[in-house]
Amino acid sequence: MQNKSSSGPIERLAESTPDSIASKARGLSDRAIAWIFIAPTIFLLLAVNIFPLIWTIWLSFTNFRVNRPNRDIDWVGFRNYERILTDTDTWATMQATAHFLVWTIVLQVLIGFTLAYLINKKFRGNDMWTTIIVLPMMLSPAVVGNFWTFLYQPQIGLFNYVVAFFTGADPASFSMIGDVHLAPWAIVIADTWMWTPFVMLICLAGLRSIPDYIYEAAECDRASKWRQFWTITIPMVLPFLMLAVLFRGIENFKMFDLVVQLTGGGPGNTTTLTSIDLKREAFEKWRTGFSSAYAVILFVTVFGLASIYVKALNKVKER
Amino acid sequence: MIDFFKGLLWFRRGPWEMIASILIALGVFMLMQPYAMSLYTYSFIVTLVGTVMFIIVSHFPE
Repeated sequence: MQNKSSSGPIERLAESTPDSIASKARGLSDRAIAWIFIAPTIFLLLAVNIFPLIWTIWLSFTNFRVNRPNRDIDWVGFRNYERILTDTDTWATMQATAHFLVWTIVLQVLIGFTLAYLINKKFRGNDMWTTIIVLPMMLSPAVVGNFWTFLYQPQIGLFNYVVAFFTGADPASFSMIGDVHLAPWAIVIADTWMWTPFVMLICLAGLRSIPDYIYEAAECDRASKWRQFWTITIPMVLPFLMLAVLFRGIENFKMFDLVVQLTGGGPGNTTTLTSIDLKREAFEKWRTGFSSAYAVILFVTVFGLASIYVKALNKVKER
Repeated sequence: MIDFFKGLLWFRRGPWEMIASILIALGVFMLMQPYAMSLYTYSFIVTLVGTVMFIIVSHFPE
């Protein structure tokens, strides 16, 4: 038996290792071995995350253009930042992003939580409805963008006919993606349709994690359903809800594909979100230094918001 | 309120984190508000100060 184990693959590898290497490896401390294991991850993190970040910060202080690599790179100081922070078009882009962010999060949380609350009730076909509701989330954003472009068509679009059915308006009298007032809402509706299931799933996980005995104890204390909802359900689902808001907030801050497919940032600049504007500056106008400064501003904003949000989330979890 | 100022004086995490959080939130609001261009112009510096402050003060003792 012993002979058999000594001829295993590990033993054979050990025997075939040259003595010079084997003697060095034998002398490694646990700490050194731990470093050897995490070194590839640290190297990847440095190469993929930290280096590009530092490089971007450096570029943001220059007039570098990636389409003119042989041109001298001049140090321009804070000029790129000044240009962005005094530009009315960029300001409008920030406002469009804020409108998109606020409304998508509000609608997704309200509808997602309501759906989760309903799905959490035991009824026939519960699983089938969950699957149907989750379907939009599984589609590609480009497909969803294309799909909603057809739905919003004034002549043949189903959306216009549904609105016409409820309001009595002529379906061809308004264009969701062609009107400067309606287009920002068109992208909000499409994103809400696609990502509400995600919020619903997170809320559902929160609702299912509440033990039944808490409600039973509340029943014994003659607490009304309304009171149970506000003093048991909401506080216990709150960390999950906050997590959903964090994920959706970060995702929607960098929303690109769905909106590009749906409106292309138009009409005018009404649906040009920061990510779309940034892509245009970087890869259509080739203003690499300027777009790097733009990216740094967005990074600091998201990082700052995420920091205070994670702190709030931890506080809620501790309660 | 007295505890808050005592915490500031003794470099305690809680009150300093609160100030940093308020600065970040204010900066983000200034960045995205539709009312005054001057607020937008100074939004980044406010957010940056808040974020850097948050990173530093989160290492303060409780």
